[in-house]
Amino acid sequence: MACFLVPATEAVVVTVATQILIAHENKVLPKYKREENASSGSDTDVKVPFSKKLRWLSNLLWGGAFLLAFEHVWHGEVVPWFPFLTAASDPADTAVMLHEMSTVGVTMAILVTAVWAVMVLVSNAMAKRTLKPVAATK
Amino acid sequence: MTLLTTVFAAIICTILWYKKAPNDDMKLNILCFMYWGASIMWLVDAIFEYAELHAAYFTPALEDMANDLYLGLSVVALGLIVWLVVLLIKDPKGVVRASFLKKK
Repeated sequence: MACFLVPATEAVVVTVATQILIAHENKVLPKYKREENASSGSDTDVKVPFSKKLRWLSNLLWGGAFLLAFEHVWHGEVVPWFPFLTAASDPADTAVMLHEMSTVGVTMAILVTAVWAVMVLVSNAMAKRTLKPVAATK
Repeated sequence: MTLLTTVFAAIICTILWYKKAPNDDMKLNILCFMYWGASIMWLVDAIFEYAELHAAYFTPALEDMANDLYLGLSVVALGLIVWLVVLLIKDPKGVVRASFLKKK
């Protein structure tokens, strides 16, 4: 009914967090260092900044929530006039909608975040494995 | 059927992205993230529906299946439109910019 609103809300939070993190990374890392990193082949950088990893999550959440929102429009559950959700106009339907959001919606957000967490763990493990021989040669 | 269509779209996009990686001039990662995100969410939806319907979940009416397929294809088309808009706005190859600046 409106399960996509839960991942969409998480997407908003993650996007804001990403922007704050990018601003922080730009402040912490001096400009010459950032330019050096950019010119040293960013395609195969060993250490991926956390802001980029957070962007993976926000892309997954925004993409999924957007396509799910389209599905809800398709089924007439989301309408372009107030209150936008057809279930919100009837108290009984609102209760069902809230229940669906708290079960299906929350599970969706958790599963997407879990998949992203696995991606981050794999990325970290790969970076560690690639950095080890470099450290040993020094 | 919607889940299946989106999963196939996600798999095809991931293969295309992998083929071109690490070069991602076409911004295929956007399509991958979008379709995989939707696939995961529809998977959860399918699990909850299966818990409710049990075996009947796998034997939908022909009309429902056709409508779901129609929806799935529309979702894939919408995803492609979003990707195209992002690609043209970001214009990683500078093609749009060059064509606008061309004098002849």
